[in-house]
Amino acid sequence: MLRLEKRPQPSKAWTYAAPLLAVVITILLGGVLFWLLGKDPIAATRMIFWDPLFGDFAAFYLPELLIKAAPLILIAIGLSFGFQAGIWNIGAEGQYIIGAICAAGVALAFYPLEARWMIFPLMIVAGIAGGAAWAMIPALLRVYFKTNEILVSLMLVYVAEVLINAFSVGLMRNPDGMGFPGSRSLKEYPAAANGDLFPNLGSFGSGIHWGVITALFAVVVAYVFLTRHRFGFNVRLAGQSPRAAAFSGVNPNRLIILCMVLSGGMAGLAGMFEVAGPSGQILGSFPAYYGFTAIIVAFLGRLHPIGIMLAGLLMALTYIGGDAALQPLQLPSASIQVFQGMLLFSLLAVDVLTNYRIRFSKGAIA
Amino acid sequence: MKRRTLLASGAAAALSTAFGAPLRAQEKTKVGFIYVGPINDGGWTQYHHHSAGEMVTHFGDSVELVYQESVPEGPDAERAMTQMALGGADIIFTTSFGFMDPTINVAAKFPNVKFEHATGYKSAENVSTYSARFYEGRAIQGHLTGKMTKTNKVGYIASVPIPEVVRGINSAYLHASKVNPDVEFKIIWIFEWLNPAKEADAAKALIEQGCDVILQHTDSTAPHAAAREAGNVYTFGQAADMAEYGPMPRISSIIDNWAPYYIERVQAVMDGTWTTSNRWDGIGTGMVGIGEISDAVPADIKAEAEAMRDAIADGSYHPFTGPINKQDGSVWLAEGEVADDGALAGLNFYVEGVDGDIPS
Repeated sequence: MLRLEKRPQPSKAWTYAAPLLAVVITILLGGVLFWLLGKDPIAATRMIFWDPLFGDFAAFYLPELLIKAAPLILIAIGLSFGFQAGIWNIGAEGQYIIGAICAAGVALAFYPLEARWMIFPLMIVAGIAGGAAWAMIPALLRVYFKTNEILVSLMLVYVAEVLINAFSVGLMRNPDGMGFPGSRSLKEYPAAANGDLFPNLGSFGSGIHWGVITALFAVVVAYVFLTRHRFGFNVRLAGQSPRAAAFSGVNPNRLIILCMVLSGGMAGLAGMFEVAGPSGQILGSFPAYYGFTAIIVAFLGRLHPIGIMLAGLLMALTYIGGDAALQPLQLPSASIQVFQGMLLFSLLAVDVLTNYRIRFSKGAIA
Repeated sequence: MKRRTLLASGAAAALSTAFGAPLRAQEKTKVGFIYVGPINDGGWTQYHHHSAGEMVTHFGDSVELVYQESVPEGPDAERAMTQMALGGADIIFTTSFGFMDPTINVAAKFPNVKFEHATGYKSAENVSTYSARFYEGRAIQGHLTGKMTKTNKVGYIASVPIPEVVRGINSAYLHASKVNPDVEFKIIWIFEWLNPAKEADAAKALIEQGCDVILQHTDSTAPHAAAREAGNVYTFGQAADMAEYGPMPRISSIIDNWAPYYIERVQAVMDGTWTTSNRWDGIGTGMVGIGEISDAVPADIKAEAEAMRDAIADGSYHPFTGPINKQDGSVWLAEGEVADDGALAGLNFYVEGVDGDIPS
């Protein structure tokens, strides 16, 4: 009979193998799902995972992949520090929205001034500040009133969604928009636009905007902080053993605030790049759930910067490839969401092997 | 210029190698649809899809239908449209207001593909716009509402504050208050086109406030379910007939019938005669249909409503005919004056008597 036995410490090998195995299991289960829907499972899997990278229209899909992955990676990197320390910021989506609102507010306040050297950096500062400030609310409430940061940060997402709706039909509405909701297009405002930095690369551009570069930079910086800096050590220590952390002089309240500000600021920064680039305007439909998807990305990437980068690219691939498979196969849109959900569940299931080992006990059968 | 040619040749290459169907793509006209909701939402998207299906039935084997449902309004929409164009679509219908800028952006990259955007105001050489004069249907709803309400309180579940929705509120209110000066509108904005949970909550809140007629500019049947549960509340089908909720609470409906338009435009692509246009049709051409008025409505009221429908259809009556004042009491339309299409297209104020503000 099969029996699970707890490992003395998590298996190093399984820590790295689990996400890969989860991807394989997801592909197999996904194949079954597509087969049950009456579609060719091989073709569907190929369209999701292969065609965007190597197919006929890779020149179009690769830039899209970067555009989709950048905010996921940025937000997930920010979240990973808090998650390691046992500080659960679930409301990155709200901080992402507020960051976008603040950044767009700066841009619209200066419109139509042509001073990119000043406006674009100010937008970045405003985006970070906005996201960080929104994250400070659950952080301070936790520190001073012992509230649960999971609930408070999550609830603030809904507040942020109401705010962006209000701004899109109110203060930030495009005066030339004939009464329709939505701000001016920041894409068409050169001083604020976060466009493709290499638009002539390939027939669809490179997809590389400032957010992509910042995400890559964030991966490197986070890696250094996590492995070489005292902050990274404190974070890991606080997560593994709060008592030991306290003895070694880590101030838990300061750590909460630092982690929340960091994750909020990163989410706000992602919101800034998004509102000035791919999305282009403040609109009720701006929220794209990157803040929630980034939580999956963070865990799929083992809360490690390099892992998060790979997980962000993989998650982006399921979005892009999933969309690409919808049209030619005429799949229902929910099937791709089911597919993404399977990825998370497979990971959670396989993760059992990281902490437990399987034993075959002969005696139990008799 | 160089980039454009590159893209154009890319699109041409796509036509011939489109997703493993090289020969068929040459013969068939590929018609694409980008939907904002699921194809079984019971309302807006379902009727676009239904009309697309009728278009396919009309043309048979000479067209190939491709669609993507539940496309979020935003950058994802742009990708979905580009994929469709790369997949070899000859004409793409984008059926939600929020797809306006994405449609314009993608159309600029694919000059040989025709685009048709529903309910927006931006067009281009290869982008047409089309919409229906739903406010004509709202006039009939307003008349029925004014006659049928007993509490004189009418709930209105509004979606996104764009002129189309404001027109609907104004038209319904004008015709309700014309036959019942005591009528009062309570408007709830949910800022979405489709969200059954929010729609149900809004309907319940309005019913609790004493509303016995619920009008909706949202796409699901959830308000009807809430009304049926409460009993003695009247509703109207939106975008689809929603006849399954008749004869009570649903007493009539506004039905979107896009099929004739879709057939006409696809035919134009086949004939090579497609040119950009801005179509705004109403009851007269059948783009706006009035669903069967149920037996819950007394025969004389039903006859009045049908007379109004016919008068609008033959052009003898325009729902926005003066005297009409704006909410602040200033004159909008003088006695006998009819609103012109330009003013209606950008309508952003309530008429006199409607309480509250348009969200801003």
